[in-house]
Amino acid sequence: MNVIEGIEAQQLKENQPEFRSGDTLRVHVRIIEGEKERIQVFEGVCIRRSGGSNRETFTVRKTSYGVGVERTFPLHSPRIDKIDVTARGRVRRAKLYYLRELSGKAARIQEETAGSR
Amino acid sequence: MVTGIIGKKVGMTQVFTGEGDLVPVTVIQAGPCTVVQAKTPARDRYAAVQLGFAPQKESRVGKAMRGHVAKASKGPFRVLREFKVGADAQLEVGQDVRVGDVFAVGDAVDVSGVSKGRGTAGVMKRHKFSGFPGSHGTHETFRHGGSIGNRSYPGRVFKGKRMAGRLGNERVTVENLQVVEVRTDQDLLFVRGAIPGACGGTVIIHKHHGSPRRAAGAGAANG
Repeated sequence: MNVIEGIEAQQLKENQPEFRSGDTLRVHVRIIEGEKERIQVFEGVCIRRSGGSNRETFTVRKTSYGVGVERTFPLHSPRIDKIDVTARGRVRRAKLYYLRELSGKAARIQEETAGSR
Repeated sequence: MVTGIIGKKVGMTQVFTGEGDLVPVTVIQAGPCTVVQAKTPARDRYAAVQLGFAPQKESRVGKAMRGHVAKASKGPFRVLREFKVGADAQLEVGQDVRVGDVFAVGDAVDVSGVSKGRGTAGVMKRHKFSGFPGSHGTHETFRHGGSIGNRSYPGRVFKGKRMAGRLGNERVTVENLQVVEVRTDQDLLFVRGAIPGACGGTVIIHKHHGSPRRAAGAGAANG
C-alpha cells in the first residue's frame, strides 16, 4: 500500500450501512452551535453516490415545504453521527437526477421487495 | 532550530480536520535530514547548517564529496542544502533533523520546487493571454498573441515582450501554506494546498518569512 492510500484508509469510517441510490436515508448530522452540540436529522432519498475512498460523497434529496432540498455529505465525515436506511428503493439508475423534474406522486420510488432488484 | 528541511513530494489527497472540514493537502516526505556541515558566526560570519537528504550510493559520488560528508559519517546524499539556524541552535555535524523538530501544526511554510516542464507553450498558457474570439470573423488566429509592437518607430521589439516559449521546469516557491498535520513516526508533513513539481520531486520547505498567515485557523468559521 502506498503512502497516500494508507493515509486515506485511516480516514475511513467503519460499520457504514450499505445503501445505494434510491434508498431512503435518515442522516444524523452533528451541528455545533457555539459551545453546544446537537444532532439534526436530514431525511430523504439518496440520489447519488460519487467518488471513492475517503473522498466518497452521497447526496440526499427531500422536499421541504414544497421546495426541493439537496444536501451532499462526505460519507466519512466526522460531522455525520450515523446513517439509518429506512427504505430500499427499486431504481434502474445510479444517479436519480430525473427526480428533480418530478413532484408529488410521480416522485415516489417503488420500494424494493424480495427479488425485485 | 533549523529554519527549514528538505523533502520529497509524495502526492495529494484530502483529510478531515478535527472540526470535520475536508481540506486538500499535499503529503511531503520531509527528512530525516543529517547535518553535514555547521557554519558558525565565529568562523563563517553567519550561522547556518548544511543538511543532507536521501542517501546516495558511495560509488556515484566523487572523492571530494566523500570527503565533505565524511565527518557526518552517514554516507553521501542526493541533495545538500544550507539552512539558516537560530542563535540558540545546538546542532552538531552528524546529527539528524526530523520534521517534528522543525514544524508544528498550524505553522505557515514556504515550499520551493521545480515545476513540471510544459515544453514550448503558447502565449495563452504561458502568459494567460486571452486569445481571440472564437467567432465573429476570427481567421486562424484563435490562440495568437496579437501585435508585438509598432512600425518604424521604435523599429524593434522591446526586450521582455511576452511571447511563446519554454514553460515550466523552473524553480517556483509557493508561500504561506498551512501545516495541517505532522507525522513524526513516518516523517510526513501535510501542507494545505498544492506545491510545485511532480510527485517524487525534491522540495525545500522553509518557515514562512514575513507576516504570518491571515487567520491561521482556516476553517474556523462555518458550522
